[in-house]
Amino acid sequence: MNQQELIPHLFRTEYRKIVSVIAKRFGFEHLEIAEDIASDTFLTASQSWGLNGIPENPTAWLYNVAKNKAKNHLQRINVFEGKVAPIIKQDVTSEKSEEIDLSPQNINDSQLQMMFAVCHSSIPPEAQVGLSLRILCGFGIEEIADAFLTNKETINKRLFRAREKLRENNIKIELPREGDIEMRLDTVLTTIYLLFNEGYYSISQDKTVRKELCLEAMRLCTMLVENKATNKPQVNALLSLMCFHASRFDARIDRHGQLILYDDQDVNLWNTDLISKGGYFLNAAASGDKISKYHLEAGIAYWNTRKEDTKEKWENILQLYNRLLQIEYSPIAALNRTYALSKANSREAAIFEAEKLDLGDNHFYFLLLGELYGILDKTKARTNFQKAYSLAKTQSEKQAIQKKMDEL
Amino acid sequence: MEEYVLLMRLDIITKDAQPSPEQMQQYMKQYHDWVGGIAAQNKFVGGTGLSTEGRVFKSNNVITDGPFAEIKESIAGFITVRAKDFDEASKFAQACPILQGAGNTVELRKIVSVHEKGK
Repeated sequence: MNQQELIPHLFRTEYRKIVSVIAKRFGFEHLEIAEDIASDTFLTASQSWGLNGIPENPTAWLYNVAKNKAKNHLQRINVFEGKVAPIIKQDVTSEKSEEIDLSPQNINDSQLQMMFAVCHSSIPPEAQVGLSLRILCGFGIEEIADAFLTNKETINKRLFRAREKLRENNIKIELPREGDIEMRLDTVLTTIYLLFNEGYYSISQDKTVRKELCLEAMRLCTMLVENKATNKPQVNALLSLMCFHASRFDARIDRHGQLILYDDQDVNLWNTDLISKGGYFLNAAASGDKISKYHLEAGIAYWNTRKEDTKEKWENILQLYNRLLQIEYSPIAALNRTYALSKANSREAAIFEAEKLDLGDNHFYFLLLGELYGILDKTKARTNFQKAYSLAKTQSEKQAIQKKMDEL
Repeated sequence: MEEYVLLMRLDIITKDAQPSPEQMQQYMKQYHDWVGGIAAQNKFVGGTGLSTEGRVFKSNNVITDGPFAEIKESIAGFITVRAKDFDEASKFAQACPILQGAGNTVELRKIVSVHEKGK
């Protein structure tokens, strides 16, 4: 790797570690200073490496520079302002006080704790996702703006407000207490899942960025699974679910970034390694007596990794949707449940149920009805496809619907 | 939207009333498809089936085992639904699969607290 490639690569993997460790050391209220020091470290690296060549161990080099910058900062504020929290002052008396601990263990702990600080219910979910991308995943502001299909300024404002809010609420970089962990984990998992979905379902055409969002979400979830305090059934279930979904990543998007529907996917492009990982974590999720929505969704995702159209498959998917909808309603789950009903029971039963759904503004609803009427009543099928066509938002969706009409 | 509770009553105790495992599986599927259909309309609020264990407490410290007074009146489960009026809630109740069994009943009741706060 040359320098042009190496620095962005290291930024992605090391920035977040440096930020977490320094912010943990300074306290959350000084998060921006930690971010500045980390960014500054990479600026120094690009200048120095450009002149002197890439050091033998670039990561160690970065850590050293970050440590020194953090130490200098501590000394400066101690001398001039004494503004940093008393804890740090107290520490200054001892020799080790200004040491910044960038050991693997401390990096890991700090990032995990940072996850709980950033994914906090006092800020809106999209701010949690944005801040996670910046601080936990080392994404640049521009990349985050791309992922959200907005501009840098909006993202900067959003992140600024989020940091302020977390500061006001006196958020600490620490693991929640035993009794609070389940509740706090809920928020963290929601953010991770949003991050994943942002990549998986985003309308952004950039396949690389999308895949990276998915992988980052899986990496964060893996960190939770690897820590004893956070290795809970629902965490394993979410990881399992993401593995199953991600297994189809390369099969569901073509070279031009267009979505390939499930039925048309090349099964040879499904990633069997991720499918078996999904199975492993689904097993690991099967302890305890609580069934989370992630369990049910992982179960559905498991059946979707089996392409053969069996009665057993659809009956299982139907029952999983029946339960999922009782925990959390969503229009897409309602539509998928109705489709499963047509496969497990009958088209007629599914049409009967579909007519009761109040989703007349949703083009997927008419797409489903068109699909269900299909061989039963071509006129009705066509009418519904036409409604779906006029409601569809993107060109590629319209194309897919047109294809259905042509096939009638 | 109002909330309504559906109380499902059937004989869950006497030997004659016990279905075979296959029948049971079929009943459960019908039941879950019914609840799933309500949930798919975003009208499911909560509720569950009940086990056959229970106790009945009466005045004068009388306690009896068994979850009910009359066998035919034992509550097998209840669910709470959202509906715009009694008519819509009645449609949910009428579609309840336990009504395929003779003697079984579903009692539909409007929840008062929601009625008072909701307006």
